[in-house]
Amino acid sequence: MDDNLKREIIMEHYQSPLNRKVIEDDDYLKFNTRNESCIDNLDIYIKIDNDLILDIAFEGEACAICISSTSIMIENLIGKSIDEALNFIENFEKMINEKKYDKDLLNNANVYDAIYKQASRKSCAFLPYKGLRETLNKLERK
Amino acid sequence: MNREDFPMLKQDVIYFDNSATSLKPNSVINKTSEYYKDFSVSIHRGDYDLSYKVNIMYEEVRLLVANFINAKDKSEIIFTNGTTESLNMIANGFVKNHLLKDDEILITVSEHASNVLPWFRLERKMGVKVKFIPLDDDYHVTVDNFKKMITPRTKCVALAHITNVIGDLRPIKEICKIAKENNIITVIDGAQSASHLKVDVQDIDCDFYAFSAHKCYGPTGVGVLYGKEELLDKLEAINLGGGMNESFDSPTDIYLKSLPLRLEAGTPNIAGVIGFGEAIKYINNIGMDKITSYERDLRNYLYSKLKDISHIDILNKKSESSILTFNVKDIFPQDVAFYLNKYNICIRAGNHCAKLLKEATNVSNTLRISLSFYNTKEEIDLLVDLLKDKNKIRNEML
Repeated sequence: MDDNLKREIIMEHYQSPLNRKVIEDDDYLKFNTRNESCIDNLDIYIKIDNDLILDIAFEGEACAICISSTSIMIENLIGKSIDEALNFIENFEKMINEKKYDKDLLNNANVYDAIYKQASRKSCAFLPYKGLRETLNKLERK
Repeated sequence: MNREDFPMLKQDVIYFDNSATSLKPNSVINKTSEYYKDFSVSIHRGDYDLSYKVNIMYEEVRLLVANFINAKDKSEIIFTNGTTESLNMIANGFVKNHLLKDDEILITVSEHASNVLPWFRLERKMGVKVKFIPLDDDYHVTVDNFKKMITPRTKCVALAHITNVIGDLRPIKEICKIAKENNIITVIDGAQSASHLKVDVQDIDCDFYAFSAHKCYGPTGVGVLYGKEELLDKLEAINLGGGMNESFDSPTDIYLKSLPLRLEAGTPNIAGVIGFGEAIKYINNIGMDKITSYERDLRNYLYSKLKDISHIDILNKKSESSILTFNVKDIFPQDVAFYLNKYNICIRAGNHCAKLLKEATNVSNTLRISLSFYNTKEEIDLLVDLLKDKNKIRNEML
């Protein structure tokens, strides 16, 4: 993917992110995710039924990379099973750490494949995934 | 000015984060490494010449620091590892032992975490009350607002001399005078002031004053706890160990050294302290008055350049310090900081450890420029050029 296209996708998701809203519905689980190294701070809401992710939404204060990454994550993970979501997260983490990963699986989340060049922004891109993985892992253990 | 003395400035970098830490001049770097190369032994061991010599150098710095802030005696200067440790020692070693349940400690929402959390702990552990002096429309502390908060239970006031986000220079001397009349302990956090203006602890007449070497062009890991001798004498040592005791035979039979050594347990940061001495000499050589006035000019220049840019909101319009805090409308501060980083400009984005301040300002995160005497108008011009065009920021922030 060329850099201009990546930029365009990121800016689009930053300016009009998917499901950026506060949810007040008991069917949703709410969790907060934040970074120690920066000021990104998100509340994420997730609705799961029978191992299937039915909906994800978020609200919070964060940089363009973090907001767009959250929006792209939401776009990709709604409708996935918990295991599929965990697999997606694992591949995303591999990508930002320059390890071998399944490129086809990540769809438009590939726009962050060069984020390692700005090391301090890796954690911004990964922040929603970090929080979601912790939450999903807790659910799996139950 | 004096840019040639700072090796960091030989890199292609514009450093505007001096409130976080300052750069170090060659003299400090050389002296610190000289200690490790030429006389890397411990103090308090006068049995051999090298140790004797290092001990003298270490104690000479104590005198330099005492003169730097005009303390009455060098035994009123305790070396710590930083402002944070100094403030925690005051809270846990002194204030804790002199307050009772329901007594009140006054602070403000613009204090740094290290001047908030130690007091919050006392509130949790012993039931004292931490109360907040209201800030005025410029987020400054006024003497009147301080007076209004005093009750018969007010026993301590802890304030930054200059705050690290708003950069307001507090009327510390008047506050300390009123506090004294009301038997209130005064604790001053000097982290943001000691390197920017002449501090005279006798003139201010505060009970305690804390600051860090690394923000004064000295090494990291060294701080100062100043206290009036009669109060320091009652400050309970939090750390017990070598160097601070005379003798001990049993748990009930312990004799401690007198000030200042009683409060400096363990082998101190000798290299850091000795390097700090050079930093003070360096500041003295330039002259603090010259530093203060140069930095104020520079801050005024920066303010005059930014104030008319419509997409820039300045949080601290009035400030007598070298700090300017702002936001670019509709752009997250971290994105602006990342954008400037691409041009090797270092500025800080975030809440700057003053996490209660948003209660007053309704802004959680900001960008902070904190200047020093080695910054220049040319650097500011470059910064302003980059901030002028909002589309450029948006286009390049990713």
